[in-house]
Amino acid sequence: MSTASVPLPNWITYGLIPLLNLALAFLISGLVVWSIGENPFEALRLLVDGALGRGDAIGFTLFYTTSFIFTGLSVAVAFHAGLFNIGAEGQAYLGGLGAALVALALDHYVPWYVTMPFAIIGAALFGAAWAFIPAWLQASRGSHVVITTIMFNFIGAALMVYLLVNVLIVPGNMAPETRTFLEGGQLPKLDWLMALFGLKLGPAPFNVSFLIALVMAFLVWVLIWRTKLGYEMRTLGISPTAAVYAGIPYSRTVIIAMLISGGLAGMMALNPVMGSSARLQVEFVGGAGFVGIAVSLMGRSHPVGIVIAALLFGILYQGGADLSFEMPNITREMIVVIQGLVILFAGALEYMFRPAIVHLYLRLKRA
Amino acid sequence: MSPHPAIELVGIDKSFGAVHANKNINLKVEKGTIHGIIGENGAGKSTLMSIIYGFYQADRGEIRVDGKPLTIKDSQAAIAAGIGMVHQHFMLVENFTVLENVMLGAEGGQLLAKGVTGARKELKRLETDYGLDVDPDAVIEDLPVGKQQRVEILKALYRSADILILDEPTGVLTPAEADHLFKVLRVLRDQGKTVILITHKLREIMAITDEVSVMRRGEMVATRKTAETTVEELAELMVGRRVLLRVEKGEANPGKVLLSVKNLTVKDSRGVTMVDNVSFDVREGEIVGIAGVAGNGQSELLEAIAGIRKPVSGEILLDGQPIAGADPARLRALGLAHIPEDRHHMGLVLKFEEYENAVLGYHRDARYGTGPFLDLKAIQADAVEKIEKYDIRPPNPRLKTANFSGGNQQKIVVAREIERDPKALIIGQPTRGVDIGAIEFIHRRIVEMRDAGKAILLVSVELDEIRSLSDRILVMFAGKVVGEKTADAGEQTLGLMMAGIAA
Repeated sequence: MSTASVPLPNWITYGLIPLLNLALAFLISGLVVWSIGENPFEALRLLVDGALGRGDAIGFTLFYTTSFIFTGLSVAVAFHAGLFNIGAEGQAYLGGLGAALVALALDHYVPWYVTMPFAIIGAALFGAAWAFIPAWLQASRGSHVVITTIMFNFIGAALMVYLLVNVLIVPGNMAPETRTFLEGGQLPKLDWLMALFGLKLGPAPFNVSFLIALVMAFLVWVLIWRTKLGYEMRTLGISPTAAVYAGIPYSRTVIIAMLISGGLAGMMALNPVMGSSARLQVEFVGGAGFVGIAVSLMGRSHPVGIVIAALLFGILYQGGADLSFEMPNITREMIVVIQGLVILFAGALEYMFRPAIVHLYLRLKRA
Repeated sequence: MSPHPAIELVGIDKSFGAVHANKNINLKVEKGTIHGIIGENGAGKSTLMSIIYGFYQADRGEIRVDGKPLTIKDSQAAIAAGIGMVHQHFMLVENFTVLENVMLGAEGGQLLAKGVTGARKELKRLETDYGLDVDPDAVIEDLPVGKQQRVEILKALYRSADILILDEPTGVLTPAEADHLFKVLRVLRDQGKTVILITHKLREIMAITDEVSVMRRGEMVATRKTAETTVEELAELMVGRRVLLRVEKGEANPGKVLLSVKNLTVKDSRGVTMVDNVSFDVREGEIVGIAGVAGNGQSELLEAIAGIRKPVSGEILLDGQPIAGADPARLRALGLAHIPEDRHHMGLVLKFEEYENAVLGYHRDARYGTGPFLDLKAIQADAVEKIEKYDIRPPNPRLKTANFSGGNQQKIVVAREIERDPKALIIGQPTRGVDIGAIEFIHRRIVEMRDAGKAILLVSVELDEIRSLSDRILVMFAGKVVGEKTADAGEQTLGLMMAGIAA
């Protein structure tokens, strides 16, 4: 029997099914942990404790979460317009350049809250600019953004290494990085927010960009569901032929969607560059752009879902790092395996349980 | 003759989730007869046939073939039981030859050579026995639709089908091709085969069947000997109430020319000329119908006028203003509304909620929100108004559009385009896949628009629809307008023109 057309209540679609998928991912991860001779329950306890056990652990978890919210939103905005932006990684990398240039230019003269809006604009502009060429190629030449954005990740990485090694490096320094920003170029930590809950942030780099991320999540929701542009993007994303019929300009909509997507990816750089290391470093993005794809997939391209999924991946990142420290048998690579399982079950196999749940639901409803 | 019916259904029941598609269906089809199954879209005809052919399993009930109860778990089992199916959309490999298509899935071994000789001989025999002549070495895509359908029938016969199910077989045929099909079906019947014909066209039922069963809302409501029933009775059984089969309309009162097409040439995406130097005018207060077999350029003509496809050359004037090549958004602003042929891919975004579709194409309008924002309250209020006026069911603007029936989906499109009070309206297949009740309603609205002084261009492959709605009829064949007739032109005259035989 075909079950795809049977509607389910929202709490099942958005609550129960993702939870079941997650439970299965953890179950299989547990088997993997067990198979290498470690106690899976102990591993789970260490993971959760490492991510949420102390104030600084939570701080690190939310620091990662912040990055993933930005990249998740970036992927989601493009996805609503039917575009698969694989280039958040490169756009975030270039966004770092934008943020760093602003910080380097202003940190001598103004306090952080004056630098911040310019840094946001700088990061977004550079990220958007890096998305523009793939967007334009897609819109006018039909070159697929999946291919071009992947290529632009590599070009971006090479460009940034060149700039850091040859241009931005502090003369006489060995490390390919800019000078450290002064306080006027740094985003302050959110220790007051943690203090509200009676927690100590400690050394964790949880900073103001988290709040920027939440604001962006709200603005993305407004964009997608409350504006004419969002309506046009969704129409194009679901039915390109209906978009033509409705007179929605393809090229313009594609380019704008990609610019917004690139801008959001670029803003991710605020978090590590200005909120944590206070300088621009090589490879600071560290895969957050790719995690954004999983976050967006798991969050069903909805800002609320993305924030929740980003939190989950934040927990996996931080808790995983702690776990591999406590249980040397469980390497960083093992953590990647667990993350991969979560993506597999929560993202790619999202509908695996649906037919069974539909049957159960219909039977319960009849009874 | 054996005493058992060719096929017998006893208490067949089938649900899809909450939808009860077939309710306790009983049906007897006698051997050597043509048995029609008629019903509106969504009445459960296709589900029933899919159960016979093994695509679905019935929840309850029994299928008996030649008196023997049978479980048909897939189409292989159906074929083994001597049941063949000709689908509405042909299941042919376009760049294979007729012979290759007929053999496909019944090659008879790993090496082809032996099968080919056997199949060639068998095809020859079928051809002489049933008058189904097709060149076995012709490539499918070079064949006209009528012949492609013959290949489908040959496929079934090659697999020694005794019971042949045809699902809406005449939808894509010219009247002449349909007549030929009927001739073939009669030969098949006289040779002892059993034919089940699924259709929603009453005329065909009357013309060819021996018996007819009527389905309505998942139930088999009646079976009649065709000779003992009338079109009116069948229509009433289908819909469950009395239906007007003719469109009531007064004399047209045409005014000035509003939409004018001059020497228009349009190519499709492969560069083939689909509309070839076409010229015509549509005046205020008249309905101009374009008749033609599907694929003769009508779709491309509509798309060119609607701004979806750029014409290669020629002019289109709306109220004197040149609009060729203008984009659909501008055309809407100028007062040209378009009810597209394909509501699933063009007219609607099926994943959207109803109210979102109620403004598709007009979403930039100031009344639906100021600046960059959408005013959801205004849009929903507007949608509710249209739902009431057009009796769209269920009356819920927040329901996903895919969950409306075909007729109600079409009403969403019709309401959106008509309620904007356009100057000119171009309409493609206004009632394709729409049930009789909604057809009546949509036809009435179109005539009202005409009487309100709008210029209306109507394209339909349903000749009956063209004849009953249009004030003037243009016939398109191979991209050209081959003639113009008045509304009272005979079906035969039009049919010949549609086949490119007479002008």
